[in-house]
Amino acid sequence: MEFLDSAFMQRALLAAVLVGITAPAIGIYLVQRRQALMGDGIGHVAMTGVGLGFLLSTSPVWMAMAVSVVGVVIMELIRWYGKTRGDIALAMLFYGGMAGGVMLINLAPGGSTANLQSYLFGSLSTVSQSDLVSICVLAGFVAVVTIGLRRQLFAVSQDEEFARVTGLPVRVLNLLVAVTAAATVTVAMRVVGLLLVSALMVVPVAAAQQLTRSFAATFAIAVAIGVTTTLGGTITNYYVEIPPGATIVLLTIAAFIVFSLIATPLARRRARAAASAAGDPAECAIPGRIPGQAKAEV
Amino acid sequence: MDASVKAGEPVIALRSVTAELGSRPVLRGIDLTVRRGEVVALLGANGSGKSTAVRTVIGQVPVSGGEVEIFGTPRRRFRDWARVGYVPQRTTAAGGVPATVTEVVSSGRLSRARFGLLRKVDREAVRRALDLVGMADRAKDSVDALSGGQHQRVLIARALASEPELLIMDEPMAGVDLASQEILAKTLRAQVEAGASVLLVLHELGPLEPLIDRAVVLRDGCVLHDGPPPEAVGQHALPGHDHVHPHTSDLTPVRTGLLS
Repeated sequence: MEFLDSAFMQRALLAAVLVGITAPAIGIYLVQRRQALMGDGIGHVAMTGVGLGFLLSTSPVWMAMAVSVVGVVIMELIRWYGKTRGDIALAMLFYGGMAGGVMLINLAPGGSTANLQSYLFGSLSTVSQSDLVSICVLAGFVAVVTIGLRRQLFAVSQDEEFARVTGLPVRVLNLLVAVTAAATVTVAMRVVGLLLVSALMVVPVAAAQQLTRSFAATFAIAVAIGVTTTLGGTITNYYVEIPPGATIVLLTIAAFIVFSLIATPLARRRARAAASAAGDPAECAIPGRIPGQAKAEV
Repeated sequence: MDASVKAGEPVIALRSVTAELGSRPVLRGIDLTVRRGEVVALLGANGSGKSTAVRTVIGQVPVSGGEVEIFGTPRRRFRDWARVGYVPQRTTAAGGVPATVTEVVSSGRLSRARFGLLRKVDREAVRRALDLVGMADRAKDSVDALSGGQHQRVLIARALASEPELLIMDEPMAGVDLASQEILAKTLRAQVEAGASVLLVLHELGPLEPLIDRAVVLRDGCVLHDGPPPEAVGQHALPGHDHVHPHTSDLTPVRTGLLS
C-alpha cells in the first residue's frame, strides 16, 4: 500500500472514488430516461468552458461547470419546445461546444490544443488541491440530489406523464437531472476526461442491470462497479505507465462482459425457482415427452 | 369521502375546450362533465381527440381555449393531485433500467408522501393496491418480466396507490388478456362501489360496459353524443348477453344491481 504515501496519489484516489460514486449515480437516471448519450453531449459542451477558463485565466473546472449548465438548460428547452428536429439542434450544440473549446483555447495567450489534452482524456497526476475542493463540493451536490431525491427522480424518469399527475414538479426535476449531470461531467473531467466521462455514467449501469431486477439494486451495484473500476484504474496507473481514464473505461466494459456472461445462467435459475414456487413445471408438459429431455426424433 | 364535493357535483368539467397538436386542431370546443360517483366512457375512433381530451385534464396537453376544472378548481391552480389516479396509455412505463413492481407502484404514492419518504402507511397502501389487482405475489419481480395484461394491472395499482377519488384511465383494456380484463373490471367495480368517479377512454365498451353510466362520443374533436352508452352491436346485442343498464338519470346513478 505504498501508493497511499504520496500526496498526489491521495488526491487522485479521493477524486477517483468521488467520480466512481457520482457518475453511475446520475447516469442511472439518464439510462432510465433513455438519454444515455447525454453525458457525452455535456462533455462536448464543457470543452467551451475549459477553453473559456484558459482564455480568462480562471479555473477551467468552474468555467466548464458554468458553460455545461448553460448547455444543459438549452438542451432541456429544446426538449420542451422544439420537438421537431430536436436531434439536429442537439448535434449543433454538441459540436458547437467542441469547436468553441478548440477555438477559445487557441486564442488564449500561450494556449494551444495541447492544453486540452488533460481535460479530454483526464490527468489524475495533475489534480491539484483546489481542483480537489471543487470536485468534493460538486460530488456532494450530485450525491445529495441522486440519493435524496431518488424516488422523485425515479418517477419522473420512468414515466413523465404519470409523474405530472402525482403533482411532482416535472420540469424542475428534469432541469435538476440535467444540471446534476453537468456537475458530474465536471467532476469526472479530471479523472477520466471529457471524451470518456459518458462511459462511466452508462456502462456500470448497463453492467449492473444484467443481473438485477430492481432499480435499487441496479443503483447500488452500478456505484460499486464505478468505485471499483475508478480505484482499480488509478492504482494501476501508479505502477504502470498507462492512461488511467482509458484503463477505467476498459475495466467497466470488462465488468459488463463478465456480468453478461453470468446473466444467462442466473436468469434461467431464477425462472426455474419462480416456476417451482408457483407450482408449475419449468417446461411445458408435452404428451409423450419426458421433461428435460430433448426431442429425439425430428 | 370529501365534504367539499357533494354528490352530483362535477369532479371534471371541460367547457368549450380547444387544443392543438402542432398546428392541427384536435379539440374544437368540447364540453365534458364527470360528476361525483359517475363512470363516464369517452369513445371515438382513432384521432377523434379522446386521448387529447384526457391529457388536457392532467395538463399534459395545453389548452388553447375554454376552461378545465378538476374538483371545481381551475386546472392551473389545482394542486391536490393525490385525489386523482391516472393510468396512461401503456407506452411509456418501461424505463431503460430494471424496476420491480413495488418500485413502480410506489411512485404512485409519492403524491401522499411528504418529501418522497415512504412511511409504513405508504408501504401498506402500495401493498393494498397490489392486492386489489392481484399482483401482490409478483411484487419483487421486474416489470419487464410481465405480460401485457399484468403490466396494465401494475399501472392501475400505481394509480390506486394514492387512494384517489377520481380515476382517469386511457385505454385500460388495450392489449390486455381476458383474465386480466376480468380482474381490471372487478377492481374498477370495487372502486366505483367505494364512491370513486371514473373517466375512461375506451376504443369499445367491451367488458366494462355494465359499469358505464354515460358515454361521450367524440368525432373530429367535437362531441357527437353525450348520454346513455350507444346501442350495443355485435356479440353484445346477442340474446342472452347479460346487458343490464338502468338508464335512469345522469344525476343519480343507480348502484344497486348494476354493480353486484
